[in-house]
Amino acid sequence: MKQLLILSGKGGTGKTTVAGAFIQLADAKAYADCDVDAPNLHLVSDWTEAPTRSDYYGLPVAQIDNERCIGCDLCRTHCRFAAITVQEAYTVHPFACEGCGVCSYVCPAAAIRMEPAVAGEHKLYAAENTVFSTAQLKMGSGNSGKLVTEVKKQMRQHAQTADLAIIDGSPGIGCPVIASVSGVDLVLIVAEPSVSGISDMERIVQTARKLGAKIAVCINKYDIHPDYSEQIARYCEKAQLPFTGRIPFDPAVVRAVNAGRSVVDIDCPAAEAIRQVFENTLPYVFA
Amino acid sequence: MVTETGNKRIAVLSGKGGTGKTFLTVNLAAVAGPSVYIDCDVEEPNGHLFFRPDAVTDEAVTVRIPQVDPALCTGCRKCVDFCRFHALAFTKQLKIFDEVCHACGGCLLVCPQQALTETDKTIGVIQSGRTQNVSVRTGVLQTGEASGIPIIQKLLQNTDPHPQFIDCPPGSACGVMESIKDADYCLIVAEPTAFGVHNLQMVYELVRLFEKPFGVVINKVLDEDNPAERFCQKHRIPVFDRIPLDTKIGKLHSDGRIAAYVSDAVRARFATLWEKIQKEVQSEATAHS
Repeated sequence: MKQLLILSGKGGTGKTTVAGAFIQLADAKAYADCDVDAPNLHLVSDWTEAPTRSDYYGLPVAQIDNERCIGCDLCRTHCRFAAITVQEAYTVHPFACEGCGVCSYVCPAAAIRMEPAVAGEHKLYAAENTVFSTAQLKMGSGNSGKLVTEVKKQMRQHAQTADLAIIDGSPGIGCPVIASVSGVDLVLIVAEPSVSGISDMERIVQTARKLGAKIAVCINKYDIHPDYSEQIARYCEKAQLPFTGRIPFDPAVVRAVNAGRSVVDIDCPAAEAIRQVFENTLPYVFA
Repeated sequence: MVTETGNKRIAVLSGKGGTGKTFLTVNLAAVAGPSVYIDCDVEEPNGHLFFRPDAVTDEAVTVRIPQVDPALCTGCRKCVDFCRFHALAFTKQLKIFDEVCHACGGCLLVCPQQALTETDKTIGVIQSGRTQNVSVRTGVLQTGEASGIPIIQKLLQNTDPHPQFIDCPPGSACGVMESIKDADYCLIVAEPTAFGVHNLQMVYELVRLFEKPFGVVINKVLDEDNPAERFCQKHRIPVFDRIPLDTKIGKLHSDGRIAAYVSDAVRARFATLWEKIQKEVQSEATAHS
């Protein structure tokens, strides 16, 4: 299975719009939403069946048994995350606890246990030969990289015969992005022609390069600022990155999204351009 | 009664990326000066591209990561078994994967040979500078690093007496929680799309979980169906402004210019918004004093 991951660095450049369109155009039998922090791909995928839901357990959270606690303060002084506070009794702040287990290790009274904690929900949509893997991180939980890895694993396991998988990524360059890049065949970066967009694109290119990924770039809403679009195209040429096309700003995109449709279901300039980007990008996935 | 918004912290967040967090935060800080602008979107910081601050000083942000003395390591693997982040592995010799290390210090505690010590590793930088009457603090995570949390923590350790505007990362995960943790007020920027509303719902839950007072600004409003507006009505969330999609302002912003410094209309709009937020913050302070 070849995997195409869509990233952008900056948020809101059109990752999900492009991913939704590519899924349609490729008639993809496997796809996933790795933006577990703010997933949106399900809003433009037309699944009528309910997904198979499973709890996702992140790292455990410390729990202090106050009956056993002898008040030695070792847990609080050893916690590097300031997750343990003491007023009348010792308490663990569940959002601050990273689940490292140091407090439990240093406690001489065996008063601290590491309890499993549900950190999110994984959803798997599966029909005859199509699979859509997505998840939602629970509010207040960390460790999104691990859930991203789970989303991709579930997709691969349930769609072993699919020849192409489309994966929607998350914004930024940190832990969930790093987890999403591992093992993919191409990262397509959706850039935006603005001062911010260019800075963010350069940082995601740098990150993907450090991770050894193959990269291609396209521009969304290119006509909002043609000069910056030119600058992006030149940057790609200089950095020897395949540049796979320009998508115009098109109000039809918002209308499609609000109707829960993919933009390529509608006859509009953006759909036409995305088709072109898709044609240009595909060879690099299979190269 | 005279109340002060002095060193109050206003966090601007959105769930979805690209809704206009930086646009709002930068322009609010610009009209509220003297003020502090803090860019907690350390993975993709952009505010400095607008303020272009002068006399920027850099301060490295480091974390404590373990290093091994191979002469002392006996290969007992106690550290490997202890580490829940899989930051250590033993094959012939002990390997440490810095990027996934959470710097909890557990491996040092469990090593029976004292073969592990800690060393500082730079994961990013804090750049501080100034533009007109705005003090600009930017956190920048080095590319390839997984977590910017220590940078956010350090960014927010400051005692500047002026109102502080916090530009949060997108999403609702650890970076956002760290950014809003000590905020006095949360301003949510929403987009009138189905994606925007879904993510609005998430940050709405987050600010309630943290028991923060909050309000919404809807950005890029079109003359069409506005699901964000309906969401706010349904949940009785105050909407402080509805900023129409305006290609002229969009152009200024994409050029890296601060619209409130260029356009009187934008300046007036943000001054009004800042007044509304100040009233909210003050009434919160009164209610809890």
